[in-house]
Amino acid sequence: MKRIALLGMPNTGKSTFFNRMTGGSARVGNWPGITVELLSGKILLGSDMVEIIDLPGIYDLHGFSDDEQVVRHFLHDNVPDLALVIINATQIERQMSLLLQLKQLNMNLVVLLNMSDEAKKYGITIDVGKMTAMLGMPIFLLSGKYGNGYGEALQAITKALRYPTPGMAEQLRSQLEQDEHIANEMARVMKHAVQIPARLPDNLTERLDHLMLHPVLGLPIFFGIMYLLFQAIFLFGQPLQFGIAELFTWLRESALEPALSGLPLAMQGLLLDGIYNGVATVAAFVPIIILFFLFMAIIEDSGYLSRAAFLMDALMAKLGLDGRGFVMLLMGFGCNVPALMGTRVMRSRAMRLLTMLVIPFSLCSARLQVFVFITAALFSPRAAPLVLFSLYLFSFATAILTALLFKNKFKNNEPFVLELPPYRFPTARQMVLRGWLEVTHFLRRATQFIIAGVVLVWFLTHVPFSAVPASADTLSGMIGAWLHPLFSPVGITPELTIALIFGFVAKEIVIGSLAVIYGMSGDALGGALAHQIDWVQAYSFMLFTLIYTPCLSTIATLRSESKDKWFTTFSIFWSLGLAWLISFAFYQCARLLGY
Amino acid sequence: MPANTLATLHPGDIAIIVSIHAEEALHQRLLALGFRTGKQIEVIRKASFSGPLQVRIGTTDVMLRTSEAGKIKVSRP
Repeated sequence: MKRIALLGMPNTGKSTFFNRMTGGSARVGNWPGITVELLSGKILLGSDMVEIIDLPGIYDLHGFSDDEQVVRHFLHDNVPDLALVIINATQIERQMSLLLQLKQLNMNLVVLLNMSDEAKKYGITIDVGKMTAMLGMPIFLLSGKYGNGYGEALQAITKALRYPTPGMAEQLRSQLEQDEHIANEMARVMKHAVQIPARLPDNLTERLDHLMLHPVLGLPIFFGIMYLLFQAIFLFGQPLQFGIAELFTWLRESALEPALSGLPLAMQGLLLDGIYNGVATVAAFVPIIILFFLFMAIIEDSGYLSRAAFLMDALMAKLGLDGRGFVMLLMGFGCNVPALMGTRVMRSRAMRLLTMLVIPFSLCSARLQVFVFITAALFSPRAAPLVLFSLYLFSFATAILTALLFKNKFKNNEPFVLELPPYRFPTARQMVLRGWLEVTHFLRRATQFIIAGVVLVWFLTHVPFSAVPASADTLSGMIGAWLHPLFSPVGITPELTIALIFGFVAKEIVIGSLAVIYGMSGDALGGALAHQIDWVQAYSFMLFTLIYTPCLSTIATLRSESKDKWFTTFSIFWSLGLAWLISFAFYQCARLLGY
Repeated sequence: MPANTLATLHPGDIAIIVSIHAEEALHQRLLALGFRTGKQIEVIRKASFSGPLQVRIGTTDVMLRTSEAGKIKVSRP
């Protein structure tokens, strides 16, 4: 099978192009260096199947970052039949250096000048014919966002694949000599084929930045945006959530209960109170998850994340981190796992480890689901969004505290140099595609754990069958009683302790397991919880859930990314200890104050 | 025409890069982002609390800390 490698600098629309070609399986994000794993897809071109590999975005073929080494090794070990070089036309001036480096490798190249629509707006004119002649390779203008020029490019790619696979240049000449040569050739092509206005026209990005990066208003605006975002998720998501929960209850009462009435009682219990209640409770959160990822996708693709890095760098520097670490924390709000993998862009190991130590405190979407449920059950509709926001503040506070305590253990002097891409409003197609990918990922993960998890919880709360379900005589009651001395000082009941144990595997099953423990779902479960615990206990439980180890996947990722089992163990025990201490402090103080 | 470092410039200042005195890895990265001797560079803004600078080289906007900016010698025309 012929192989095509996609190459380019970060932020050129490479992943968007890859998604369009393969029908969508890579992440798209307006953030330098987001592609951290090699994604590939197979498509039919002309009459042959070809494999397309999306290589990490790199600035330079001779660089020292992980990504640059990955690309170098890939090209050396698997010479592609064709390298498709994607260049951001608005930055042609400097992106051409990578193209010229690739040209020296003597590879079969096709060049796509992406974002040609944006370049036109900037007043940049590129004479494609002249450039093709000067460089001796096919070059096309493309707008990946709107899909213009796509057909023409595909034809050229199909044609170029007919040429024999070239060999790799035996020995790369010394770097210095190359760079000299490249600088000259770049100047020559730029002079004849490209025109850039001396001063860029005053554009939207500039005006937006003037406000968004304002020395005084910048940070308040940032926190305002975040606050509105979570308010909106709550406001739009909750009615949908209740609707779905009611639909599931109706389905159970009108169809499932009559249909299963012939089965033995224990079997009915397992199917209805175990699996059905557990799954229904989690399924009710899908609208909130969809909304969350839709908003995250807009923010991530818009280029605002780099601005957040700019605004927060001064503070992050005091914590021994940098602006990128802050962006990883924000990405962790979606899911901690990709955020941990995103730390690969950092070269200093000390800074990478410190960032990986704080990321698990990011309030991820799975934890959000637990908090949304509990705040809705225990707090008034007016107070609920504030409670939720306070948990986000706790999430930041624990991350800051951890960084402050350990920054001297992970000293580093990693330079901080980052590109600020222009703002882009993602197209509806991009947002839907991205939202869809995230939701299917969440559901795949959730269903893996949920079914197994809720069945296990059901057995723990019902064995031995002679005992009253979830009472002190069942297995779960025994575990709860055994751990009681540890959890009663923080106000967490034996039932909630069981849910916490399952939450260690994945937070997605915390509410599902509560549904099984109480044998109820939706509103009824909320009511039962509100009846049994007060708001102080509920908040203490939420604090513990927020701070202790996020899930097994996060632990596995910490282990594989740090390649250090001591670091991983330390991270687990630190978060468990901190969770207990903070819940303890909160619970005891609240009780002392008379709540 | 005295040579300053990029870190001493103020927002709105335009200068020419004279030389870059950074370690190999950082130097490589700056080169890839378009920092080359003789190029014009403009300081767009500085973040509050002595945070990073936003500078523009050609059509690319880059942010970097003052400690990194201190390694880039520039001259004001």
